[in-house]
Amino acid sequence: MKFETPLLDQLEQGPWPSVVSDIKQEAAHRAANPDGLDYQIPQDCCEDLLGLLELSYKDMETHWKHGGIVGVFGYGGGVIGRYCDQPEMFPGVAHFHTMRVAQPSGKFYSTKFLRQLCDIWDLRGSGLTNMHGSTGDIVLIGTTTPQLEEVFYQLTHEMNNDLGGSGSNLRTPAACMGMSRCEYACYNTQDVCYQLTEDYQDELHRPAFPYKFKFKFDGCPNGCVCAMARSDFAVVGTWRDDIKIDQDAVKAYVGGEYTPNAGAHSGRDWGKFDIQAEVIDRCPSHCMSWDGQKLTIDNANCVRCMHCIDTMPRALRIGDDRGASVLCGAKAPVVDGAQMGSLLVPFVKVEQPYDELKEIIENIWDWWIEEGKNRERLGELMKRASFQKLLEVTNTEAQAFHVKEPRNNPYIFFKEDEVPGGFKRDLADYRSRHQR
Amino acid sequence: MADEKEIIVEYFKSKAKTKTKHYFKDFLELFPDKKPREVKKILSDLVKEGVVDYWSSGSTTMYGLKGLGKQEEVEEGEQPKD
Repeated sequence: MKFETPLLDQLEQGPWPSVVSDIKQEAAHRAANPDGLDYQIPQDCCEDLLGLLELSYKDMETHWKHGGIVGVFGYGGGVIGRYCDQPEMFPGVAHFHTMRVAQPSGKFYSTKFLRQLCDIWDLRGSGLTNMHGSTGDIVLIGTTTPQLEEVFYQLTHEMNNDLGGSGSNLRTPAACMGMSRCEYACYNTQDVCYQLTEDYQDELHRPAFPYKFKFKFDGCPNGCVCAMARSDFAVVGTWRDDIKIDQDAVKAYVGGEYTPNAGAHSGRDWGKFDIQAEVIDRCPSHCMSWDGQKLTIDNANCVRCMHCIDTMPRALRIGDDRGASVLCGAKAPVVDGAQMGSLLVPFVKVEQPYDELKEIIENIWDWWIEEGKNRERLGELMKRASFQKLLEVTNTEAQAFHVKEPRNNPYIFFKEDEVPGGFKRDLADYRSRHQR
Repeated sequence: MADEKEIIVEYFKSKAKTKTKHYFKDFLELFPDKKPREVKKILSDLVKEGVVDYWSSGSTTMYGLKGLGKQEEVEEGEQPKD
Protein backbone atom coordinates (compact mmCIF):
# COMPACT_ATOMS: atom_id res chain seq x y z
CA MET A 1 0.00 0.00 0.00
CA LYS A 2 1.14 3.54 -0.75
CA PHE A 3 0.17 4.90 2.66
CA GLU A 4 0.33 3.74 6.23
CA THR A 5 -3.20 3.65 7.63
CA PRO A 6 -3.00 2.95 11.38
CA LEU A 7 -6.28 4.72 12.18
CA LEU A 8 -8.22 2.99 9.40
CA ASP A 9 -6.72 -0.36 10.40
CA GLN A 10 -8.56 -0.08 13.71
CA LEU A 11 -11.82 -0.14 11.77
CA GLU A 12 -10.98 -3.66 10.64
CA GLN A 13 -10.71 -4.99 14.17
CA GLY A 14 -14.41 -5.09 15.07
CA PRO A 15 -16.65 -8.11 14.56
CA TRP A 16 -18.34 -6.61 11.49
CA PRO A 17 -17.38 -6.58 7.82
CA SER A 18 -15.17 -3.58 7.25
CA VAL A 19 -15.30 -1.10 4.40
CA VAL A 20 -11.56 -0.61 4.92
CA SER A 21 -10.89 -4.30 4.27
CA ASP A 22 -13.04 -4.09 1.13
CA ILE A 23 -11.14 -1.08 -0.21
CA LYS A 24 -7.80 -2.75 0.57
CA GLN A 25 -8.95 -5.87 -1.26
CA GLU A 26 -9.90 -3.84 -4.32
CA ALA A 27 -6.62 -1.87 -4.11
CA ALA A 28 -4.64 -5.15 -4.10
CA HIS A 29 -6.75 -6.49 -6.97
CA ARG A 30 -6.14 -3.40 -9.08
CA ALA A 31 -2.41 -3.50 -8.31
CA ALA A 32 -2.20 -7.15 -9.39
CA ASN A 33 -4.52 -6.59 -12.39
CA PRO A 34 -5.04 -10.33 -13.02
CA ASP A 35 -7.35 -9.67 -15.98
CA GLY A 36 -4.87 -7.36 -17.69
CA LEU A 37 -7.32 -4.46 -17.87
CA ASP A 38 -6.37 -1.15 -19.42
CA TYR A 39 -7.66 0.84 -16.43
CA GLN A 40 -9.26 4.07 -17.54
CA ILE A 41 -8.79 5.87 -14.22
CA PRO A 42 -5.68 5.74 -12.03
CA GLN A 43 -4.86 2.17 -11.07
CA ASP A 44 -3.94 3.21 -7.53
CA CYS A 45 -7.13 5.23 -6.87
CA CYS A 46 -8.21 2.88 -4.08
CA GLU A 47 -4.86 3.33 -2.34
CA ASP A 48 -5.21 7.09 -2.63
CA LEU A 49 -8.73 6.80 -1.29
CA LEU A 50 -7.43 5.01 1.79
CA GLY A 51 -4.67 7.61 2.20
CA LEU A 52 -7.21 10.42 1.96
CA LEU A 53 -9.54 8.78 4.44
CA GLU A 54 -6.68 8.25 6.87
CA LEU A 55 -5.80 11.94 6.57
CA SER A 56 -9.43 12.87 7.28
CA TYR A 57 -9.36 10.79 10.46
CA LYS A 58 -6.07 12.42 11.45
CA ASP A 59 -7.21 15.97 10.70
CA MET A 60 -10.74 15.23 11.92
CA GLU A 61 -12.20 17.03 8.92
CA THR A 62 -13.24 15.98 5.48
CA HIS A 63 -11.03 16.49 2.44
CA TRP A 64 -13.89 16.09 -0.03
CA LYS A 65 -15.54 18.93 -1.85
CA HIS A 66 -18.77 18.20 -3.58
CA GLY A 67 -20.80 19.62 -6.38
CA GLY A 68 -20.00 20.88 -9.81
CA ILE A 69 -20.84 20.67 -13.44
CA VAL A 70 -20.46 16.99 -13.98
CA GLY A 71 -23.10 14.88 -15.56
CA VAL A 72 -23.98 13.25 -18.79
CA PHE A 73 -25.28 15.29 -21.65
CA GLY A 74 -28.87 16.42 -21.14
CA TYR A 75 -29.19 14.91 -17.67
CA GLY A 76 -29.44 17.06 -14.57
CA GLY A 77 -29.03 14.20 -12.13
CA GLY A 78 -27.45 10.82 -11.60
CA VAL A 79 -23.90 12.07 -11.22
CA ILE A 80 -22.53 13.73 -8.11
CA GLY A 81 -19.29 15.61 -8.52
CA ARG A 82 -16.66 14.73 -5.95
CA TYR A 83 -13.35 16.52 -5.75
CA CYS A 84 -10.52 15.98 -3.32
CA ASP A 85 -8.93 19.09 -1.78
CA GLN A 86 -5.52 17.41 -1.60
CA PRO A 87 -5.12 16.45 -5.27
CA GLU A 88 -1.33 16.65 -5.25
CA MET A 89 -1.01 14.20 -2.39
CA PHE A 90 -3.75 11.92 -3.71
CA PRO A 91 -3.93 12.33 -7.51
CA GLY A 92 -5.85 9.08 -7.93
CA VAL A 93 -8.89 10.60 -6.28
CA ALA A 94 -8.50 14.22 -7.40
CA HIS A 95 -11.74 13.76 -9.35
CA PHE A 96 -13.74 10.90 -7.96
CA HIS A 97 -17.35 11.30 -9.02
CA THR A 98 -20.25 9.21 -7.86
CA MET A 99 -22.73 7.73 -10.31
CA ARG A 100 -26.20 6.64 -9.27
CA VAL A 101 -27.75 3.86 -11.31
CA ALA A 102 -31.38 2.75 -11.21
CA GLN A 103 -31.75 -0.53 -9.38
CA PRO A 104 -34.02 -3.22 -10.79
CA SER A 105 -37.46 -3.10 -9.21
CA GLY A 106 -37.44 -5.11 -5.99
CA LYS A 107 -33.65 -5.43 -6.40
CA PHE A 108 -33.77 -8.67 -8.34
CA TYR A 109 -30.53 -9.19 -10.22
CA SER A 110 -29.26 -11.70 -12.68
CA THR A 111 -25.63 -12.66 -12.33
CA LYS A 112 -25.18 -11.50 -15.93
CA PHE A 113 -26.32 -8.01 -14.97
CA LEU A 114 -24.00 -7.88 -11.96
CA ARG A 115 -21.04 -9.13 -14.00
CA GLN A 116 -21.66 -6.56 -16.71
CA LEU A 117 -21.94 -3.80 -14.14
CA CYS A 118 -18.74 -4.86 -12.38
CA ASP A 119 -16.88 -5.21 -15.68
CA ILE A 120 -17.81 -1.67 -16.67
CA TRP A 121 -16.88 -0.28 -13.29
CA ASP A 122 -13.60 -2.19 -13.01
CA LEU A 123 -12.52 -0.74 -16.33
CA ARG A 124 -13.95 2.77 -16.13
CA GLY A 125 -14.27 3.41 -12.42
CA SER A 126 -12.66 2.56 -9.12
CA GLY A 127 -14.27 -0.88 -8.90
CA LEU A 128 -15.90 0.23 -5.64
CA THR A 129 -19.67 0.07 -5.41
CA ASN A 130 -22.27 0.71 -2.77
CA MET A 131 -25.08 -1.82 -3.04
CA HIS A 132 -27.25 0.05 -2.27
CA GLY A 133 -27.38 3.75 -1.46
CA SER A 134 -29.87 5.14 1.04
CA THR A 135 -32.34 5.94 -1.70
CA GLY A 136 -32.09 2.34 -2.86
CA ASP A 137 -30.13 2.82 -6.05
CA ILE A 138 -26.87 1.26 -7.16
CA VAL A 139 -24.05 3.63 -6.28
CA LEU A 140 -20.86 3.49 -8.30
CA ILE A 141 -18.15 5.24 -6.31
CA GLY A 142 -15.35 7.11 -8.02
CA THR A 143 -14.57 7.92 -11.60
CA THR A 144 -13.22 10.80 -13.63
CA THR A 145 -15.21 13.23 -15.80
CA PRO A 146 -14.21 11.74 -19.20
CA GLN A 147 -15.49 8.32 -18.13
CA LEU A 148 -19.02 9.50 -17.29
CA GLU A 149 -20.34 9.45 -20.84
CA GLU A 150 -18.61 6.14 -21.52
CA VAL A 151 -20.21 4.48 -18.50
CA PHE A 152 -23.57 6.03 -19.36
CA TYR A 153 -23.39 4.72 -22.93
CA GLN A 154 -22.64 1.20 -21.79
CA LEU A 155 -25.33 1.26 -19.09
CA THR A 156 -27.99 2.41 -21.52
CA HIS A 157 -26.95 0.60 -24.71
CA GLU A 158 -25.53 -2.65 -23.39
CA MET A 159 -27.46 -3.12 -20.15
CA ASN A 160 -30.74 -1.40 -20.96
CA ASN A 161 -30.43 0.54 -17.72
CA ASP A 162 -30.41 4.20 -16.75
CA LEU A 163 -28.95 6.63 -14.28
CA GLY A 164 -30.87 7.29 -11.08
CA GLY A 165 -31.88 10.58 -9.55
CA SER A 166 -29.88 13.18 -7.64
CA GLY A 167 -30.18 16.91 -7.12
CA SER A 168 -33.52 18.71 -7.32
CA ASN A 169 -35.12 15.82 -9.12
CA LEU A 170 -37.46 12.95 -8.62
CA ARG A 171 -35.14 10.43 -6.97
CA THR A 172 -34.86 6.84 -8.08
CA PRO A 173 -38.20 5.30 -7.06
CA ALA A 174 -37.96 2.24 -4.82
CA ALA A 175 -40.26 -0.67 -4.06
CA CYS A 176 -40.22 -3.70 -1.84
CA MET A 177 -40.13 -7.09 -3.55
CA GLY A 178 -43.91 -7.19 -3.24
CA MET A 179 -45.94 -9.89 -4.92
CA SER A 180 -42.89 -11.60 -6.36
CA ARG A 181 -42.18 -13.26 -3.01
CA CYS A 182 -44.38 -11.89 -0.29
CA GLU A 183 -47.86 -13.05 0.64
CA TYR A 184 -48.58 -9.77 2.44
CA ALA A 185 -48.27 -7.62 -0.69
CA CYS A 186 -51.53 -5.75 -1.19
CA TYR A 187 -50.64 -4.46 -4.66
CA ASN A 188 -47.98 -4.94 -7.28
CA THR A 189 -45.26 -2.68 -5.90
CA GLN A 190 -42.72 -3.58 -8.55
CA ASP A 191 -45.05 -2.82 -11.41
CA VAL A 192 -46.17 0.56 -10.10
CA CYS A 193 -42.56 1.49 -9.30
CA TYR A 194 -41.42 0.56 -12.80
CA GLN A 195 -44.39 2.25 -14.46
CA LEU A 196 -43.98 5.53 -12.60
CA THR A 197 -40.24 5.48 -13.26
CA GLU A 198 -41.03 5.23 -16.97
CA ASP A 199 -43.79 7.82 -16.86
CA TYR A 200 -41.78 10.39 -14.94
CA GLN A 201 -38.48 10.20 -16.84
CA ASP A 202 -38.47 13.94 -17.36
CA GLU A 203 -38.83 14.60 -13.64
CA LEU A 204 -36.04 12.10 -12.91
CA HIS A 205 -33.51 13.60 -15.27
CA ARG A 206 -34.37 17.25 -15.75
CA PRO A 207 -34.52 19.15 -12.49
CA ALA A 208 -37.43 21.53 -11.96
CA PHE A 209 -38.29 20.90 -8.33
CA PRO A 210 -37.47 23.09 -5.33
CA TYR A 211 -35.56 20.14 -3.87
CA LYS A 212 -35.54 16.34 -3.91
CA PHE A 213 -38.74 14.31 -4.18
CA LYS A 214 -39.01 10.62 -3.36
CA PHE A 215 -41.58 7.95 -4.08
CA LYS A 216 -41.47 4.66 -2.30
CA PHE A 217 -43.79 1.70 -2.53
CA ASP A 218 -44.39 -0.69 0.33
CA GLY A 219 -46.61 -3.66 -0.38
CA CYS A 220 -47.90 -3.87 3.18
CA PRO A 221 -47.63 -1.94 6.45
CA ASN A 222 -44.52 -3.92 7.45
CA GLY A 223 -42.81 -1.32 5.28
CA CYS A 224 -39.72 -3.08 3.96
CA VAL A 225 -38.64 0.05 2.05
CA CYS A 226 -39.73 2.26 4.95
CA ALA A 227 -41.80 4.43 2.62
CA MET A 228 -43.75 6.26 5.30
CA ALA A 229 -40.58 7.35 7.08
CA ARG A 230 -38.40 8.43 4.20
CA SER A 231 -40.37 9.38 1.14
CA ASP A 232 -42.30 12.49 0.25
CA PHE A 233 -44.94 10.31 -1.32
CA ALA A 234 -45.40 6.94 0.32
CA VAL A 235 -47.73 4.27 -1.01
CA VAL A 236 -48.26 1.61 1.63
CA GLY A 237 -50.32 -1.48 0.98
CA THR A 238 -53.42 -2.09 3.09
CA TRP A 239 -56.83 -3.78 2.93
CA ARG A 240 -60.37 -2.62 3.62
CA ASP A 241 -62.08 -5.80 4.78
CA ASP A 242 -61.29 -8.11 7.67
CA ILE A 243 -58.12 -10.00 8.57
CA LYS A 244 -58.78 -13.63 7.64
CA ILE A 245 -58.53 -16.00 10.58
CA ASP A 246 -57.96 -19.76 10.47
CA GLN A 247 -59.03 -20.72 14.00
CA ASP A 248 -57.53 -24.21 13.72
CA ALA A 249 -54.16 -22.75 12.83
CA VAL A 250 -54.42 -20.34 15.78
CA LYS A 251 -54.90 -23.37 18.04
CA ALA A 252 -51.94 -25.05 16.38
CA TYR A 253 -49.76 -22.05 17.27
CA VAL A 254 -51.06 -22.10 20.83
CA GLY A 255 -50.46 -25.84 21.05
CA GLY A 256 -46.88 -25.47 19.82
CA GLU A 257 -47.54 -27.30 16.57
CA TYR A 258 -46.50 -24.30 14.47
CA THR A 259 -43.44 -22.18 15.18
CA PRO A 260 -44.37 -18.53 15.77
CA ASN A 261 -42.84 -15.71 13.71
CA ALA A 262 -42.25 -18.21 10.92
CA GLY A 263 -39.19 -19.37 12.79
CA ALA A 264 -37.61 -15.93 13.14
CA HIS A 265 -35.97 -14.98 16.46
CA SER A 266 -35.30 -18.69 17.03
CA GLY A 267 -31.67 -18.18 18.06
CA ARG A 268 -32.63 -18.44 21.70
CA ASP A 269 -35.23 -20.27 23.80
CA TRP A 270 -38.16 -17.93 24.40
CA GLY A 271 -40.21 -20.59 26.13
CA LYS A 272 -43.67 -21.80 25.17
CA PHE A 273 -45.63 -19.57 22.80
CA ASP A 274 -47.96 -17.37 24.85
CA ILE A 275 -50.65 -15.93 22.58
CA GLN A 276 -51.91 -13.56 25.27
CA ALA A 277 -48.52 -12.02 26.01
CA GLU A 278 -47.05 -12.21 22.53
CA VAL A 279 -50.02 -11.26 20.40
CA ILE A 280 -53.15 -10.06 22.23
CA ASP A 281 -51.38 -7.75 24.69
CA ARG A 282 -49.07 -6.45 21.98
CA CYS A 283 -51.91 -5.17 19.82
CA PRO A 284 -51.50 -1.36 19.88
CA SER A 285 -55.23 -0.70 19.57
CA HIS A 286 -56.27 -3.60 21.84
CA CYS A 287 -58.64 -4.85 19.20
CA MET A 288 -57.97 -8.57 19.72
CA SER A 289 -59.15 -11.12 22.23
CA TRP A 290 -58.54 -14.82 22.87
CA ASP A 291 -60.89 -16.87 25.02
CA GLY A 292 -58.85 -20.05 24.94
CA GLN A 293 -60.77 -21.41 21.96
CA LYS A 294 -61.40 -18.56 19.58
CA LEU A 295 -59.44 -15.54 18.41
CA THR A 296 -61.57 -12.45 17.75
CA ILE A 297 -60.48 -9.25 16.01
CA ASP A 298 -62.40 -6.00 16.08
CA ASN A 299 -61.29 -5.07 12.57
CA ALA A 300 -62.72 -1.54 12.65
CA ASN A 301 -60.13 -0.70 15.28
CA CYS A 302 -57.18 -2.47 13.64
CA VAL A 303 -54.36 -0.01 12.93
CA ARG A 304 -52.50 -2.37 10.55
CA CYS A 305 -49.44 -2.80 12.75
CA MET A 306 -49.01 -6.28 11.23
CA HIS A 307 -47.70 -7.76 14.48
CA CYS A 308 -50.35 -10.48 14.82
CA ILE A 309 -50.04 -11.49 11.16
CA ASP A 310 -46.24 -11.56 11.36
CA THR A 311 -46.36 -13.67 14.54
CA MET A 312 -48.91 -16.20 13.28
CA PRO A 313 -48.66 -16.08 9.48
CA ARG A 314 -50.32 -19.48 9.00
CA ALA A 315 -53.34 -18.44 11.06
CA LEU A 316 -53.89 -14.84 10.00
CA ARG A 317 -53.99 -13.39 6.51
CA ILE A 318 -54.43 -9.92 5.14
CA GLY A 319 -57.94 -9.16 3.83
CA ASP A 320 -59.06 -9.65 0.25
CA ASP A 321 -60.14 -6.10 -0.64
CA ARG A 322 -56.64 -4.78 -1.17
CA GLY A 323 -55.13 -1.46 -2.15
CA ALA A 324 -52.93 1.14 -0.51
CA SER A 325 -52.80 4.19 1.72
CA VAL A 326 -51.00 7.32 0.57
CA LEU A 327 -48.92 9.28 3.06
CA CYS A 328 -47.13 12.52 2.29
CA GLY A 329 -44.28 14.57 3.63
CA ALA A 330 -41.79 12.26 5.34
CA LYS A 331 -38.24 13.54 5.42
CA ALA A 332 -34.94 13.65 7.31
CA PRO A 333 -33.85 16.90 8.98
CA VAL A 334 -32.44 19.75 6.90
CA VAL A 335 -34.50 22.94 6.76
CA ASP A 336 -36.87 21.58 9.39
CA GLY A 337 -36.80 18.54 11.67
CA ALA A 338 -37.40 14.95 10.64
CA GLN A 339 -41.00 13.94 10.19
CA MET A 340 -43.04 10.90 9.29
CA GLY A 341 -45.57 10.90 6.48
CA SER A 342 -49.10 12.17 7.11
CA LEU A 343 -52.03 10.10 5.90
CA LEU A 344 -53.67 11.76 2.93
CA VAL A 345 -55.65 8.97 1.26
CA PRO A 346 -56.63 6.05 3.50
CA PHE A 347 -57.43 3.67 0.68
CA VAL A 348 -56.93 3.67 -3.03
CA LYS A 349 -57.08 0.73 -5.42
CA VAL A 350 -53.63 0.55 -6.99
CA GLU A 351 -54.36 -0.72 -10.46
CA GLN A 352 -52.94 -0.08 -13.89
CA PRO A 353 -52.60 2.48 -15.39
CA TYR A 354 -52.31 4.04 -11.92
CA ASP A 355 -54.13 7.20 -12.97
CA GLU A 356 -55.54 7.82 -9.49
CA LEU A 357 -52.06 7.85 -7.98
CA LYS A 358 -50.65 9.94 -10.78
CA GLU A 359 -53.36 12.54 -10.40
CA ILE A 360 -52.50 12.99 -6.71
CA ILE A 361 -48.78 13.14 -7.49
CA GLU A 362 -49.15 15.71 -10.23
CA ASN A 363 -51.46 17.92 -8.19
CA ILE A 364 -48.91 17.85 -5.37
CA TRP A 365 -46.07 18.69 -7.74
CA ASP A 366 -47.97 21.63 -9.27
CA TRP A 367 -48.49 23.08 -5.80
CA TRP A 368 -45.01 22.36 -4.48
CA ILE A 369 -43.20 23.71 -7.54
CA GLU A 370 -45.27 26.89 -7.37
CA GLU A 371 -45.28 27.47 -3.61
CA GLY A 372 -42.27 25.59 -2.28
CA LYS A 373 -39.20 27.61 -1.34
CA ASN A 374 -35.81 26.56 -2.61
CA ARG A 375 -34.59 23.50 -0.67
CA GLU A 376 -37.99 23.06 0.96
CA ARG A 377 -39.30 19.49 0.99
CA LEU A 378 -42.98 18.70 0.62
CA GLY A 379 -43.25 17.93 4.35
CA GLU A 380 -41.93 21.36 5.20
CA LEU A 381 -44.31 23.06 2.81
CA MET A 382 -47.18 21.08 4.34
CA LYS A 383 -46.14 22.37 7.74
CA ARG A 384 -45.74 25.95 6.57
CA ALA A 385 -48.83 26.18 4.39
CA SER A 386 -51.00 23.74 6.40
CA PHE A 387 -52.27 20.25 5.78
CA GLN A 388 -55.58 21.85 4.83
CA LYS A 389 -53.90 23.36 1.79
CA LEU A 390 -52.61 19.93 0.76
CA LEU A 391 -56.17 18.62 0.96
CA GLU A 392 -57.30 21.50 -1.20
CA VAL A 393 -54.72 21.03 -3.95
CA THR A 394 -55.31 17.29 -4.10
CA ASN A 395 -59.11 17.78 -4.16
CA THR A 396 -59.43 15.69 -1.01
CA GLU A 397 -62.33 16.22 1.34
CA ALA A 398 -61.21 16.71 4.93
CA GLN A 399 -62.07 13.80 7.20
CA ALA A 400 -61.55 13.05 10.85
CA PHE A 401 -58.41 10.99 10.29
CA HIS A 402 -56.74 14.04 8.74
CA VAL A 403 -56.95 15.82 12.08
CA LYS A 404 -53.73 15.48 14.04
CA GLU A 405 -54.79 17.37 17.17
CA PRO A 406 -57.67 19.56 18.36
CA ARG A 407 -57.45 23.10 17.02
CA ASN A 408 -55.61 25.60 19.20
CA ASN A 409 -56.76 28.63 17.20
CA PRO A 410 -60.34 29.64 18.06
CA TYR A 411 -60.82 31.58 14.83
CA ILE A 412 -62.23 29.96 11.75
CA PHE A 413 -61.47 31.63 8.46
CA PHE A 414 -64.06 30.78 5.89
CA LYS A 415 -63.62 31.21 2.19
CA GLU A 416 -66.37 33.01 0.35
CA ASP A 417 -67.52 29.90 -1.49
CA GLU A 418 -67.84 28.04 1.83
CA VAL A 419 -70.40 30.53 3.16
CA PRO A 420 -74.02 30.27 1.95
CA GLY A 421 -74.71 33.42 -0.04
CA GLY A 422 -71.06 34.47 -0.01
CA PHE A 423 -69.71 37.55 1.81
CA LYS A 424 -72.05 40.06 0.12
CA ARG A 425 -75.14 41.04 2.02
CA ASP A 426 -78.25 43.04 1.39
CA LEU A 427 -77.59 46.20 3.42
CA ALA A 428 -81.17 47.48 3.06
CA ASP A 429 -82.47 44.19 4.41
CA TYR A 430 -79.99 44.39 7.29
CA ARG A 431 -81.02 48.01 8.10
CA SER A 432 -84.65 46.99 8.10
CA ARG A 433 -83.86 44.96 11.17
CA HIS A 434 -81.01 47.00 12.74
CA GLN A 435 -80.97 50.76 13.38
CA ARG A 436 -77.84 52.78 12.69
CA MET B 1 -39.38 29.95 -28.02
CA ALA B 2 -36.38 31.95 -29.27
CA ASP B 3 -37.56 35.06 -27.43
CA GLU B 4 -37.92 33.20 -24.17
CA LYS B 5 -34.44 31.73 -24.54
CA GLU B 6 -33.09 35.21 -25.13
CA ILE B 7 -34.81 36.43 -21.94
CA ILE B 8 -33.16 33.63 -19.95
CA VAL B 9 -29.69 34.28 -21.38
CA GLU B 10 -30.08 37.99 -20.73
CA TYR B 11 -31.14 37.22 -17.16
CA PHE B 12 -27.99 35.15 -16.60
CA LYS B 13 -25.85 37.95 -17.98
CA SER B 14 -27.58 40.69 -15.98
CA LYS B 15 -26.94 38.79 -12.75
CA ALA B 16 -23.48 37.54 -13.66
CA LYS B 17 -21.61 39.99 -11.43
CA THR B 18 -23.28 38.83 -8.26
CA LYS B 19 -24.58 35.37 -9.02
CA THR B 20 -23.81 32.85 -11.72
CA LYS B 21 -26.00 29.93 -10.64
CA HIS B 22 -29.75 30.16 -10.29
CA TYR B 23 -32.50 28.03 -8.88
CA PHE B 24 -35.26 26.82 -11.18
CA LYS B 25 -37.68 29.00 -9.26
CA ASP B 26 -35.82 32.14 -10.35
CA PHE B 27 -36.84 31.45 -13.93
CA LEU B 28 -40.48 30.95 -13.04
CA GLU B 29 -40.50 34.59 -11.94
CA LEU B 30 -39.32 35.64 -15.41
CA PHE B 31 -42.39 34.07 -16.98
CA PRO B 32 -45.30 34.61 -14.58
CA ASP B 33 -47.83 33.52 -17.20
CA LYS B 34 -46.13 30.26 -18.03
CA LYS B 35 -46.53 26.97 -16.24
CA PRO B 36 -43.40 25.44 -14.66
CA ARG B 37 -43.35 22.62 -17.22
CA GLU B 38 -43.19 25.13 -20.08
CA VAL B 39 -40.31 26.97 -18.40
CA LYS B 40 -38.54 23.66 -17.85
CA LYS B 41 -38.85 22.88 -21.55
CA ILE B 42 -37.14 26.15 -22.47
CA LEU B 43 -34.32 25.49 -20.01
CA SER B 44 -33.96 21.87 -21.12
CA ASP B 45 -33.67 23.11 -24.70
CA LEU B 46 -30.95 25.54 -23.70
CA VAL B 47 -29.12 22.68 -21.99
CA LYS B 48 -29.44 20.56 -25.14
CA GLU B 49 -28.04 23.43 -27.21
CA GLY B 50 -25.08 23.67 -24.86
CA VAL B 51 -25.90 27.22 -23.75
CA VAL B 52 -26.86 26.36 -20.19
CA ASP B 53 -25.31 23.90 -17.73
CA TYR B 54 -26.76 22.08 -14.77
CA TRP B 55 -24.83 22.63 -11.57
CA SER B 56 -25.49 20.15 -8.82
CA SER B 57 -24.23 19.83 -5.28
CA GLY B 58 -25.61 16.32 -5.22
CA SER B 59 -28.68 17.37 -3.28
CA THR B 60 -29.66 20.62 -5.00
CA THR B 61 -29.52 21.57 -8.65
CA MET B 62 -29.00 25.01 -10.13
CA TYR B 63 -28.71 26.36 -13.65
CA GLY B 64 -25.77 28.36 -14.97
CA LEU B 65 -24.64 29.85 -18.24
CA LYS B 66 -21.99 27.55 -19.69
CA GLY B 67 -18.51 28.55 -18.58
CA LEU B 68 -19.69 31.32 -16.29
CA GLY B 69 -18.70 31.39 -12.62
CA LYS B 70 -17.35 28.62 -10.47
CA GLN B 71 -17.32 25.19 -11.93
CA GLU B 72 -16.53 23.32 -8.75
CA GLU B 73 -17.52 23.68 -5.15
CA VAL B 74 -15.68 26.44 -3.32
CA GLU B 75 -15.85 27.13 0.36
CA GLU B 76 -17.80 30.01 1.78
CA GLY B 77 -15.95 33.30 1.45
CA GLU B 78 -13.51 31.86 -1.08
CA GLN B 79 -13.18 33.22 -4.58
CA PRO B 80 -13.55 30.76 -7.45
CA LYS B 81 -10.39 30.05 -9.43
CA ASP B 82 -11.87 31.02 -12.80
